Amino acid sequence: MSFIPLYFALPLVSAFLTPILGKIYKPLAGLLSLITSFVLFILALYGVAITQEVPLLVYKMGNWSPPLGIVMAFDSMSALMVLTISIVVFAGALFSLRYMSHYTGQWKFYTLLMLITAGMMGLSITGDLFNMFVFLEIAAIASYALVAFGVEAEELEASFKYMVMGEIGGLTFLLAIALIYAKVSTLNLADISNAMQAIRGTTFFWMIIGMMLFAFSIKAALVPFHSWLPDAHPAAPAPISSLLSGIFIKVLGIYTTARLVFNVFGLSRATDPLFFNILIGLGLLSIAFAGLTALNQGDYKRLLGFSSVSQIGYIMLGFGIGNYEGVAGAIFFILAHALAKGLLFLTSGAVVYSTGTRDLKKLAGLGEKMSTTAWSWRFGFLSLAGIPPLVGFWAKFYIIKGALKADLLWLGLVAIILSVLTLAYLLKIENSVFMKKGKSDAKPAPFTMRIAMVFLVVLIVLLGVGFQQIIDFIVGPAAHALLRGLEYSQLVFGNIALNF
Amino acid sequence: MKGMSLIVKTITDIVIGFIFIYGVYIILHGHLTPGGGFAGGVIVAGAFILEILAFGTEVKSEKRAKLFSSIWESIGALLFIGVALLGLIVAGTFFLNFLPKGSPFHLLSAGIIPFCNIAIGIKVGAGLFSIFLALAATKYVAED
Amino acid sequence: MLIFASCILLFLIGLYAIVTKRNLIKIAIGFALVEYAVNLLFALIGFKKDALAPIITRLDTPHNFVDPIPQALVLTAIVIALGTTALMLAVIMRIYGRYKTFDIAKIKKLKG
Repeated sequence: MSFIPLYFALPLVSAFLTPILGKIYKPLAGLLSLITSFVLFILALYGVAITQEVPLLVYKMGNWSPPLGIVMAFDSMSALMVLTISIVVFAGALFSLRYMSHYTGQWKFYTLLMLITAGMMGLSITGDLFNMFVFLEIAAIASYALVAFGVEAEELEASFKYMVMGEIGGLTFLLAIALIYAKVSTLNLADISNAMQAIRGTTFFWMIIGMMLFAFSIKAALVPFHSWLPDAHPAAPAPISSLLSGIFIKVLGIYTTARLVFNVFGLSRATDPLFFNILIGLGLLSIAFAGLTALNQGDYKRLLGFSSVSQIGYIMLGFGIGNYEGVAGAIFFILAHALAKGLLFLTSGAVVYSTGTRDLKKLAGLGEKMSTTAWSWRFGFLSLAGIPPLVGFWAKFYIIKGALKADLLWLGLVAIILSVLTLAYLLKIENSVFMKKGKSDAKPAPFTMRIAMVFLVVLIVLLGVGFQQIIDFIVGPAAHALLRGLEYSQLVFGNIALNF
Repeated sequence: MKGMSLIVKTITDIVIGFIFIYGVYIILHGHLTPGGGFAGGVIVAGAFILEILAFGTEVKSEKRAKLFSSIWESIGALLFIGVALLGLIVAGTFFLNFLPKGSPFHLLSAGIIPFCNIAIGIKVGAGLFSIFLALAATKYVAED
Repeated sequence: MLIFASCILLFLIGLYAIVTKRNLIKIAIGFALVEYAVNLLFALIGFKKDALAPIITRLDTPHNFVDPIPQALVLTAIVIALGTTALMLAVIMRIYGRYKTFDIAKIKKLKG
């Protein structure tokens, strides 16, 4: 039971041990991050196993009871987010052991990597609103520094633009917290959800939801707030791009929105159809706009960045549909996209490490020279485009099934048509980088980088083949945890008395 | 970075010890009077910054100053997380107040709070000093 | 009520500075204004009429204190804002080193 604070305490300890160890002996810094992320992966699997039996675990920090104390509320949705974070961070840490040799000041990189992990982990498990803001800012500040890590002109400009937009979102969130506190005088998520029911449907209620949706849409890079992402994600080093696109925008934007909308404000499709239709609209706008813009990009990582914006639209679409299949599909899509997009950015890192360029017109003929990279790319590409039996297909299948069940037949058809866009822009990279014959003196990627990519490929195939078990044991309980709505607060207060 | 004039150097010699002691006083009495770790840490950082500003980098080389502040920053953060984890290991809950609480309004009371204040004071002081060293270097204006 | 409205007004003035000013340093100052407005709003929320500062100095204290929770939250928010401002200024300094200008209209190497 006391494993819960270890999720953010362990990365914090390694983040602050790294400067001391990195100055004594350089490779120790990377090794420490690798060991920490592996331990977090094991702990995440343990957490998923525990939430099979108990629907929600409550951990009181310092033994102070809510609503005065800060609690950590660990349910199946948190378990899924923690598992995804630990998988992507482990692959990224393994990849960066060799990749970061091109950069200077390596121990700073590992400190920031562990800080961003601590921030995301803490955000996923907390049950207190201001604690959510603190962890969100920890992760966000670490990400601004990581995007600007190699201090070239482009990266600094991208980081500044990202910083301005991200901070506007963060400060709007803080303003919304101040207004909530003025009204209900408590910061505990369960207590706020109880108190919010009294003022449901008033102008104040919708204003707070609007401000929070604005703040989280900036963080999640939904159109029209997405313009920082295509600059920031290519500028970051490749393992950080895979982390940012794979899990960061989802934890900070999508998970917080879902937790607040479903469990704290208690909205559901039955009671507020207009709000969920707005979410569907935002989702469709992202899929279409970003998908079309991705078609004429000439830079490998920039194209993948626009693809991330487009896929986040699918997740918003799933949440907007609002029934069990839609929400389960959206959550499954979080997991599938984290694996696939993380893998794709790692392959882009391998390409940059070997050839030194990201320009699609200059890369050619890498299919034979870098065969592991090419085959990992192909698995990631097939999963993202939604080809069975890989995991991406099942995620999209559940979203479309949810649309059909909610009598939104047109939405299912539009989603299927728009996924052709995904196939199109990914085929562009496949064609110009890996299939085209050309002279290239690229060497295959180093061993640890290949192991990281193969690890993600193995997970994509395993989760795709065993999708029914994943739905039953991991994704299904997470969807139930969200759709439970206002029972969340009863579970939180009920579990306090159990003295876990 | 050059130092300042002789008057500033003389006054700094006299005043810098008092500033540091005042900062430590605010840190230590954090559980009795307003202030605590963060405010006291800022004042302690002020003492170090004054030393660099007044004497320039002749007295203490910039590289040594950066190493010093980096090590102390890590020590402060590890101390804080160590106290929190000690609550987990020794007494069962993360961040539990497990030391004896003593009698109110005395200096050695309130369990782990003085130790947390000291750790935060060290970290904030070293952290602000690092920020100053990183920002005040004048070499960025002239390079490439 | 008027004082909360003026805090929101300060927030909007800072937001205007962030969005419209061309000099990078002025954008950073706009951020300082926005953070100041939010922290001020937060601290003012806990106010009660004719109440004392929440410090216990004797054991037989009266109990009408102002709300201490917003003060703790503002302390945390100020520290976070410090970290963000420091990082932003460091990035601005490095940008000046590379681009030789503070004008945001000229820093346009990346499209879209």
